[in-house]
Amino acid sequence: MSILKTTNLTKRFGKFTALDGVNIEVNEGEVYGFIGPNGAGKSTTIRVLLGILKATEGTAEIFGKDAWSDAVEIHKRLAYVPGDVNLWPNLTGGEVIDLFVKLRGGNNKNRREELIKKFDLDPTKKCRTYSKGNRQKVALVAAFSSDADLYILDEPTSGLDPLMEQVFQECVIEAKQAGKSVLLSSHILSEVERLCDQVGIIRQGKIIETGSLAEMRHLTRTNLLVETKQPIISIHELKGVHDVVQKDKAISFQVDTEELDTVMKHVTQFGVVKLESAPPTLEDLFMRHYEDNDSDVRRGS
Amino acid sequence: MWAAISKNTLALSKLIIRLDRIRIPLWLIGIVFFTIMVPIAFDDMYSSQKERDVMAETMENPAMTAMVGPGNLENYTIGAMTSHQMLLLTAVIVGLMSILLVTRHTRATEEDGRIEMIRSLPVGRLANVNATLLVLVVINILLALISGLGLYALGIESMDLEGSLLYGATLGATGIVFTGITAIFAQLSESSRGATGFSIAILLIAYLVRAIGDVSNETLSWFSPLGWVSQTEAYSTNNWWPVGLMIGVSIILFILANYLNAIRDLGAGFFPSKPGKKHASIFLKSPIGLALRLQRTGMIAWAIGLFILGISYGSVFGDLESFFEGNDVLEQLLAEKEGYSLTEQFIPMLMIVLSLLATVPPLMAMLKLKGEEGKNRLEHLFARAVSRNKMMGSYLIIAIINGFMMLSLTAIGLFAAANAVMDESFNFGMIYGAAMVYYPAMLVMIGLAVFLIGVLPKVTSFIWAYLTYSFLVLYLGGLFDFPEWVGKLSPFGYIPQLPVEEMQWLPLVILTVIAFVLMIVGMVGYNKRDIDG
Repeated sequence: MSILKTTNLTKRFGKFTALDGVNIEVNEGEVYGFIGPNGAGKSTTIRVLLGILKATEGTAEIFGKDAWSDAVEIHKRLAYVPGDVNLWPNLTGGEVIDLFVKLRGGNNKNRREELIKKFDLDPTKKCRTYSKGNRQKVALVAAFSSDADLYILDEPTSGLDPLMEQVFQECVIEAKQAGKSVLLSSHILSEVERLCDQVGIIRQGKIIETGSLAEMRHLTRTNLLVETKQPIISIHELKGVHDVVQKDKAISFQVDTEELDTVMKHVTQFGVVKLESAPPTLEDLFMRHYEDNDSDVRRGS
Repeated sequence: MWAAISKNTLALSKLIIRLDRIRIPLWLIGIVFFTIMVPIAFDDMYSSQKERDVMAETMENPAMTAMVGPGNLENYTIGAMTSHQMLLLTAVIVGLMSILLVTRHTRATEEDGRIEMIRSLPVGRLANVNATLLVLVVINILLALISGLGLYALGIESMDLEGSLLYGATLGATGIVFTGITAIFAQLSESSRGATGFSIAILLIAYLVRAIGDVSNETLSWFSPLGWVSQTEAYSTNNWWPVGLMIGVSIILFILANYLNAIRDLGAGFFPSKPGKKHASIFLKSPIGLALRLQRTGMIAWAIGLFILGISYGSVFGDLESFFEGNDVLEQLLAEKEGYSLTEQFIPMLMIVLSLLATVPPLMAMLKLKGEEGKNRLEHLFARAVSRNKMMGSYLIIAIINGFMMLSLTAIGLFAAANAVMDESFNFGMIYGAAMVYYPAMLVMIGLAVFLIGVLPKVTSFIWAYLTYSFLVLYLGGLFDFPEWVGKLSPFGYIPQLPVEEMQWLPLVILTVIAFVLMIVGMVGYNKRDIDG
């Protein structure tokens, strides 16, 4: 069942088109990774979804309701954590958490205490004394201690240390196991890789790649590291081979998935001693999309 | 529909009150205290109708009308005097309070990204703006009631219940009008600075429009909400309709603010934000350029303010002689000196006040260094090739020049206005000299600030206490007959009181030397101590 769905979502600020026909769908119990460089439109999309910005064209629906006109209804079941958390300097972290929980209308004291402990947050300090990471913890505790059905997280871990990053990932996994949905915008690709079922890559306001990680990998290249008895010749000339690097006796390169068979046949002629193959990391996928600006826009299917 | 877009308005109102649980009472106490103290002082200083009539005569000139508006000068009771001299100025302060509080809870909190988090919760789209409006209306109603009843409670004969309530209501209504104006600018402008700036500009324009109107053309005053303030004539004819007019206008302003808020995106405004400079000018690329740039607007505002203050003090010189003759308290303040006119004796007293006020901006310029440290912004500069001396020196040079400019501007303003209203005008050199003798004392204050920043950074705010002390003992010293040493604890107490006293160079030289010693010790200390950030 679709929890969050945007159809042809477009947002213009004057002449500037920030979002150009964005389609995203997050289903129940699914974690959707939303990645893209700065200024690509991630936060704009999220703000439209929160009913803070009004879409110029297209629709944004959460729980089957319109993100703009039914914002209040939707927000009762939604929790949001921004990347840049600004809090009231003269309130304590604990006060802010309670305020947020109260405004949503739900109360889970045990969960709050548990999370404060887990995130190692001192709720008695004034917000002005918090570092970026600690302000983020306040927002995360407020979000995860509420009983939401959808979590929208906009680069929530940019200020957290690796230990807290771990705690955060546990929270997301717990939410997922409880059947909750998550929209996670992130720069930390290993995090997305670990947590997300579906991934969407946005660039210049357009979704240029979307699908499950497995699907996206299938479309792309495999990393190979081969060591042979005789040196491999003319590997460069084969179709679908990229980024050839000589490493001591071995050679590493990437192969387009559809050419894998031909390339392997060629390589075996030289007497394979060692062969390592790895699926492309999300980083590889990501970099591929951003390095060659002129490349065709691929669509996941 | 309305329920959805205004959901949780009350909860947000409570949050605003919680956030400002100190700020709001301080504003209220400050304004009410000010409002109530003045008639008490008036009752004390002008106890007979004869004295008040003399005062009324003094007030009857275009400069005063431009400053405080028209008043009931024919029947100048304590009540009429209070509403004439104080109501408009207090209303301006109430307007300022509303402007600052509204911006703080609308555009500023939106700009900082907090509204985004609030809006991600089940909170209505218009909840925040209406919560702010609600809180401000309540504050202003409270202000109206407390000051109105407070004035009545004084039990001064000419201050009846209706007049007192009207006085309070006028203040509150002005606050509500400026609440509405600011709420609109908070929608129009993309930044909180812009919202505050435009609103204060409207406040000043409203003041100026009615100043011109009151002096030359009554119709013009109708275009200014501050013109309506004088029209209430509290304690005289007690007109309530301007209060009604202000409330009516406020309702329209509130509706407009709601409408503008409803049709805009979060974070967006309606005024096009002009793109900033792509590159820093050569001027900005040095610590002193940066320091100057950070304080530019504040300095210009102070310069204008002090110049106007000089003008307003200067404008009273015209009727001064006749005014002093009827007033015992002021005559006591000005110890009689042979061979000098009362007007001339008045100059040193004015100069102490003006020089102390002119000391505020250079001290602020110097303490900005500490402020930047507190905000962890100095580390960006110290992490680069900037020495401690260069950093502190930059702020110090600005403070020293700033002080000189401020003192000069007040003296020039005073001279210009006095020259215009007096039959026999002053010599410019005399006025300017009487002001500039205070410069060494100002340098000592700046030096002390440097010393505190360098050696005792935890207690830099002591400088304000010291300045306040100087103000109290030197300005009011004559009134309370303090022993002489009390005044000598302040550097300002050593300054020869030109033109009544002889010029003495020795104290000025000694003060200057002390100032430079303090600056050097402060610099050395600053080089040795830890920087917080």
